[in-house]
Amino acid sequence: MPSPRYWREMPQRYRLEASQCTECGKVSFPPRIVCGCGARDFKKTNVSETGTIVSYTTIRVAPDAFVIQAPYNIAIVEADNGVRITTQVVDCAPEELAIGKKVKFVFRKLYEEGHCGIINYGYKAVLV
Amino acid sequence: MVGIVGYGSYVPRYRIKVEEIAHQWGKDSSAVKRGLLLQEKTVPGLDEDTITISVEAAKNALKRAEIAPEEIGALYIGSESHPYAVKPSGTVVAEALGIVPNVHIADYEFACKAGTEAMFVAHGLVKADLLKYAMGIGADTSQGAPGDALEFSASAGGSAFIFGKGNIVAEIIDTFSYTTDTPDFWRREGAFYPLHGGRFTGEPAYFKHVLGAGRAILEKSGYKASDFAYAIFHMPNGKFPLTAGKKLGFRKEQMEPGWIVPLMGNTYSGSSPTGFSATLDVAKPGDLILLVSFGSGAGSDAFIFKVTERINEVRNKAITVKELLEQNRIYLDYGQYAKYRGKIIMNE
Amino acid sequence: MREVAVIGIGMTKFGELWTKSLRDIFVEAAMAAIDDAKVDQIGSMYVGSMTPGLFVGQEHIGALMADYLGTPSIPAMRVESACCSGGMAFRAGFFEVASGHTDVVLVGGVEKMNDGADVTYALATAADQEYEVYQGVTFPGLYALIARAHMHAYGTTREQMAAVSVKNHHNGSLNERAQFPREVTVEQVLNATLVADPLTMLECSPVSDGAACAILAPLAIAKKLSMPVIKVIGTGAATDTLALHAREDLTTLKAVKLSAQSAYKMAGVKPTDVSLAEVHDCFSIAEICIVEELGFVEKGKGGPFTEQGHTALDGKIPVNTSGGLKSKGHPVGATGIAQVCEIVEQLRGAAGKRQVKDPKIGIAQNMGGSGASSVVHVFKKE
Ligand SMILES: [Zn+2]
Repeated sequence: MPSPRYWREMPQRYRLEASQCTECGKVSFPPRIVCGCGARDFKKTNVSETGTIVSYTTIRVAPDAFVIQAPYNIAIVEADNGVRITTQVVDCAPEELAIGKKVKFVFRKLYEEGHCGIINYGYKAVLV
Repeated sequence: MVGIVGYGSYVPRYRIKVEEIAHQWGKDSSAVKRGLLLQEKTVPGLDEDTITISVEAAKNALKRAEIAPEEIGALYIGSESHPYAVKPSGTVVAEALGIVPNVHIADYEFACKAGTEAMFVAHGLVKADLLKYAMGIGADTSQGAPGDALEFSASAGGSAFIFGKGNIVAEIIDTFSYTTDTPDFWRREGAFYPLHGGRFTGEPAYFKHVLGAGRAILEKSGYKASDFAYAIFHMPNGKFPLTAGKKLGFRKEQMEPGWIVPLMGNTYSGSSPTGFSATLDVAKPGDLILLVSFGSGAGSDAFIFKVTERINEVRNKAITVKELLEQNRIYLDYGQYAKYRGKIIMNE
Repeated sequence: MREVAVIGIGMTKFGELWTKSLRDIFVEAAMAAIDDAKVDQIGSMYVGSMTPGLFVGQEHIGALMADYLGTPSIPAMRVESACCSGGMAFRAGFFEVASGHTDVVLVGGVEKMNDGADVTYALATAADQEYEVYQGVTFPGLYALIARAHMHAYGTTREQMAAVSVKNHHNGSLNERAQFPREVTVEQVLNATLVADPLTMLECSPVSDGAACAILAPLAIAKKLSMPVIKVIGTGAATDTLALHAREDLTTLKAVKLSAQSAYKMAGVKPTDVSLAEVHDCFSIAEICIVEELGFVEKGKGGPFTEQGHTALDGKIPVNTSGGLKSKGHPVGATGIAQVCEIVEQLRGAAGKRQVKDPKIGIAQNMGGSGASSVVHVFKKE
């Protein structure tokens, strides 16, 4: 990934920054310029640090950059403030996952751009 | 009064047992366990490094400090395994914690002593009234060469300490540093594994500096070993710290809470800081604690802390080192360990 | 708007076409369609293709294909909407003919996936690059997330999902153009290698090379030709959030539902009027969700509906008589047009061993990503 694209997303990737519509209250992650309700005024907020698994899978055939990590778990997590996020769920076996299980977000390395490129960091989840 | 306002640690969940490494190289595991007093060591997950460990440890320190991240004016990370050769670990950690942009950042490297170096400088800046709060972190995902004695100990983890003047958990009574040029252990730029001088790492390196710093700080402060509730000495293996402590007049019970090496291994820059963190987890108000690090090359930093009443309020605001070390362990075989540690040659 | 008919169809065999290049396969399908239509010139061209840039390093394929088709001066452009690029190219061509601007328009689709690119990554670019792909998501992974949600919400079973593959492989075994024209059993599907739990290799459409083309013309021209006249009586398209996680309900493919409603409305038909459907079974669970969204069965009942044989060749509503993406193959950009080829063949009564008895109305549903875009066309035999 070219580093400007990586750098631009840091507030979301590193700190789970989101935006809340001042009109309808919906929290958008990543932040948006226009809300689904049409309003354009937002205040800064964060995705809750914990959430619940809505659905999950284990990726066994991975893109090249992720092959070293396979098999790895992916889940859609609904954070406590209602935001839904696609995230890896790490440090657990596929059999430990279930819909409804609680997770918390942690800071991890997503993948490396080969031996010489940048290291991509961001959020993942672990079971609590 | 200057001291620690918050502390926190992080240890990956993965482990490898001494038996598993010994079996791989045809060594006698019971001799290793007896000789080095090691049982198992921590291993970083495929997605963990000094940066991610630092972030998690720092978050735990912030929970105990109960301050806003942006109040921290400096962040220093000591490690011998910074993921980038050029580009700071500290900037990533500060960005993840929400400390940027009004902050001073530096990465330190001094073999196993880089963590206490970061603490030493953070403390000094607060004491000099240059900053309200400063954070010092010691973290590592250290590597021992395959088949080398160091492979039994080199492990992963780290601890973070926030220094400030109000609301402190442990006051810093005194500090002392003792340093010479001693080539006992090193890793050249670009080399994957470190080299060491075998038994030369003992007497002229570890013991000379740990005892040098320990004796000097005791003399400077006027305390004697029996005045301390606890002491932590850098833990390259299980034996060295116990031997050094004994020579300085400490009993095993004083060293016990911080002597985490049998289960954790040698977490290099995170070793003595995490031993200290584990000690704070059990300390009582008024307790005196001696911390002496050691980094090859070589030097030792010594600190004397006095625990305050606030310890009882903050202790349970974050996970303890004992919990980190004893809960939810995932054991790896040597093949998995080799994969996790990047010891297998892969295609680009 | 003028009424529009499909006057010609043509496609390559789908599969690993090692000796043929991207341009070779497109031109092969286009020539077949032109020969089928018996037209001597085309006025303009739309080429659906998802990512020739990632697969073979070639963009700008509208001009390339016009050049190699021997028609280097006509207007030609590539249309992209991930896996529904073909269907969207068809829609663009439909409007150009319907508007009265151009009489004969070639709409095609092509993908060359077996030339050595990182296919898993290339396909994943149809998902949200920053918030799905960055985490290591793959397309089998996204549909596995849908599958788990469907199983959880409606009790859909792995056996019911496997029934989709079994049916489509049976249909594909009757189709000489299919990439994998062979039968599979439920046991084989369930015991195949897991790709993204709970989906196995035999629930995932394959990596394919292939091209398909159709020729569109106004009804007046179609009526002068000797072939049965197959009219395009409805088109509908819709979108949904690109990221699966942003949807209120993971089991609802809203774009499919809306595109179908729009196409049905234009055509003036109801789901019960439909004789057969080609749908986007990129994964077994996709077909289950789609038959629900198309209104063939109520929400949540797609699993039992399939298992009970209602979507089989001789069922209530035959679905994917061609073998679908699963057995016929899924060269992504070509898929939407290949679906049209099957419907036209069926409505012409020329589908051989796969022929459905006396079909009147057929629909083609083509979908991009995890359902973020969908296009539906309704065809009627005049
Ligand atoms: Zn709003």
